[in-house]
Amino acid sequence: MAPPILALRGVNKSFGPIDVLHDITLEVRPGEVLCLLGDNGAGKSTLIKIMSGVHQPSSGVIEMDGAQVSLPNPRAAQEAGISTVHQFGGTFPLMSIGRSFFVGVEPTKGWGPFKVYDRKNANAIAVKAVQDMGITRITDGDRLVGGLSGGERQSLAIARAVHFGARVLILDEPTAALGVKQATHVLRIVNEAKRRGLAVIFITHQVMHAMAVGDHFAVLIRGAVAADFKKGEKTREEITDLMAGGASMASLEAEIEGYMASHDGHPPPPA
Amino acid sequence: MSSISLGGLLRRPEAGAALGLLAVLIFFAIFGGLTFLKPAGMASWLNVAANLGVIAIPLGLLMIAGELDISVGAMVPFGAMTVAVISGHYGLPIWLGIFVALSFGVVVGLVNGFLVIKTAVPSLIVTLGSLFAVQGIVLGLTVLITKSTSVALATEGPAKAIFGDFVMGGQLQVMVLWWLALTALYIFFVHFSPFGNWIFAMGGDKVSARNAGIPTDRLTMILFVLSSTSAAFVGMCQAILYNSAQVAGGQSFIFNSIIAVVVGGVLLTGGFGSVVGIFFGTITFAVVTQGIYYTDFDRNWSSLIIGVLLLGAVLMNNTFRKMALSYAPKKGAK
Repeated sequence: MAPPILALRGVNKSFGPIDVLHDITLEVRPGEVLCLLGDNGAGKSTLIKIMSGVHQPSSGVIEMDGAQVSLPNPRAAQEAGISTVHQFGGTFPLMSIGRSFFVGVEPTKGWGPFKVYDRKNANAIAVKAVQDMGITRITDGDRLVGGLSGGERQSLAIARAVHFGARVLILDEPTAALGVKQATHVLRIVNEAKRRGLAVIFITHQVMHAMAVGDHFAVLIRGAVAADFKKGEKTREEITDLMAGGASMASLEAEIEGYMASHDGHPPPPA
Repeated sequence: MSSISLGGLLRRPEAGAALGLLAVLIFFAIFGGLTFLKPAGMASWLNVAANLGVIAIPLGLLMIAGELDISVGAMVPFGAMTVAVISGHYGLPIWLGIFVALSFGVVVGLVNGFLVIKTAVPSLIVTLGSLFAVQGIVLGLTVLITKSTSVALATEGPAKAIFGDFVMGGQLQVMVLWWLALTALYIFFVHFSPFGNWIFAMGGDKVSARNAGIPTDRLTMILFVLSSTSAAFVGMCQAILYNSAQVAGGQSFIFNSIIAVVVGGVLLTGGFGSVVGIFFGTITFAVVTQGIYYTDFDRNWSSLIIGVLLLGAVLMNNTFRKMALSYAPKKGAK
C-alpha cells in the first residue's frame, strides 16, 4: 500500500479555553477518498482549516510523505499541494470562467512592464481543464461563473485545483447545497480526481454521498475521531447513528419519549 | 468572434454608463443646443469631470474590491491646505509643499487601510471617522498656524504649468490631461495587467481570493493609499490653480464620486465594474451639472436630473448584469 501523502498525528486545537479538536490522527493515501463525516459543530471546519494552513494546531504533527511539515498559511499549504474547495466553490460569481480559474496565477503575454493578461489562452486552458474532468457543457471561457449551476461551479473549482497540481484535494461539503443531479456531477468528478491519483478528503454530513465515493471513513464527534473504518465495514444506518452521536442520541430519544409519555405528549422544556 | 456583437457589448459593465451618457448628451443637445459640445462648453464639463474623475477611479476600484472611502472629502482640502500653508504661508519651496501634501495622502490612506484590515469595521465607518478627523485637523491646524481659514499661494514656473494651469487656449485645466493619462494607466492595470484580476477577485469573494494566494491585505492598503493620495493630489492642484486654499469644500466630492462610480456600472457590493464605465459615469455626471447652464432650466433642477439618473443607472446596470450572468452560448453550437 502506498504511504500516506498527508497524515495528522495527535493533532489538538483549542481556541483559548475551548478545546475544539482532540488527538486527531488521520491519514490519506494517493488515489484514496477519505470521507470525513460529522454533524454540525463536530470540528470538521476547524480540521479543514488546520489542513489548509488557515489555523495552526495547538499540538500534534502534520506529515506529508512521511516528513513533518508546517503549514503557516494557506499559500504554504497550496505550495505543498493541498488544495481546498469550499462549499460555494470558492469562485467569483461576477468573473469570467477564464479569469476566476487563474486568479492569483494569471497567464500573461508580452514583455517587461507591458505584460498583459492573456485572456484567450486562459479561457482555452480553463475550458479544457473543466471538460477533461467530464463537464462538457462548459464551452465558453468568457461566461460569468455566477451563470453556472452549483455543480458546475464546484466542478470548476475542483478542476482548477487539479490543474494547479494539487496532490491532496480537500472538499468542504461540496454537495451540501446541490440537488441530486448536480451532486452526482460532483461525485463523478471526485472519482475522476481519485482515478488520477489524488488524495481526496471529502467532508460531508450526507452519508449517501460519502458511501458513493469513499474508501475510508472517519466520523468526528465533538472534536474527536469517534470511528475510523474502511469501505464496507459499516452499514449506512450505523454511520448515521454514529454521526448523530450514537448511544447518547439513542438515550436522548428514550428520555424525550419517556417525558412525553408522562406529560400528555408535551415535549420537555428546552434546557 | 461574437465578442463584438450587440449582446456582447451590453453584457459589459460599462454598457449602462455608455447608454446613460448618450441619453444625457441627447437630452442637453435638444434642450441646450450644441453649444456645450463646442470647445468652450466642453472645457466647462471636462474640467469638472477631470477633477472628479481623478478621485472617482481609485474610489471605484476600492468599491470593486468591496470597500469604500469617503474620507476623500476631507483629503481634498487637506491636500490644498498643506501645500498652501507650506509654500504659501511659510514660503518654502513649492516642491516641498507638493511632496508633503501627497505624503499626507499616503499616510491617511495607510491609516484607513490599516484600520479596515485590523479591525474589520466596515470601511464606510472607518473612513467616516477619518473624514471628520482630517477635517478637524485641517481646520484646527490652519487656524492655529495662519489665524485664517483661507491661505493664499502664489506658484510660478514648472510646478504651476504641471499641476495648476490652463492649457489649450486657457480654458482647459491641466488636470484634464492628468485625468486622461491616469485613466489610460488605470485601464491598463485593471483590465490588462494581471493585478486587475486580483481586485475583482477580492471584491467577489475575499476569503477565496486570500485562499487563492492573493495578498488581499496589501492590496487593500494600496487601494486606500491610492484613493486618499489621489484626493490630496486634486486638492493640491486646485490650490496651485486658484492660488489659494480654503479649509472647507471638498465634501461634494464624496457623493459626486460615488455617483460617478455607480452610474459607471460598479456594483456597490463589489466584484463588478470597469474603469471605462467609471470614466463614462464621471463625464455623465459632469455633463449634467454643467449642461444645465446651457439650457433654459433653472440650475436647481440639475440635482433632480442627477437623482433620476442615478436610480435609472442602477436599475439599468442591474439588468445588464443579470443579462451577463444568465448568458450562455447558444445550444446547437456543438
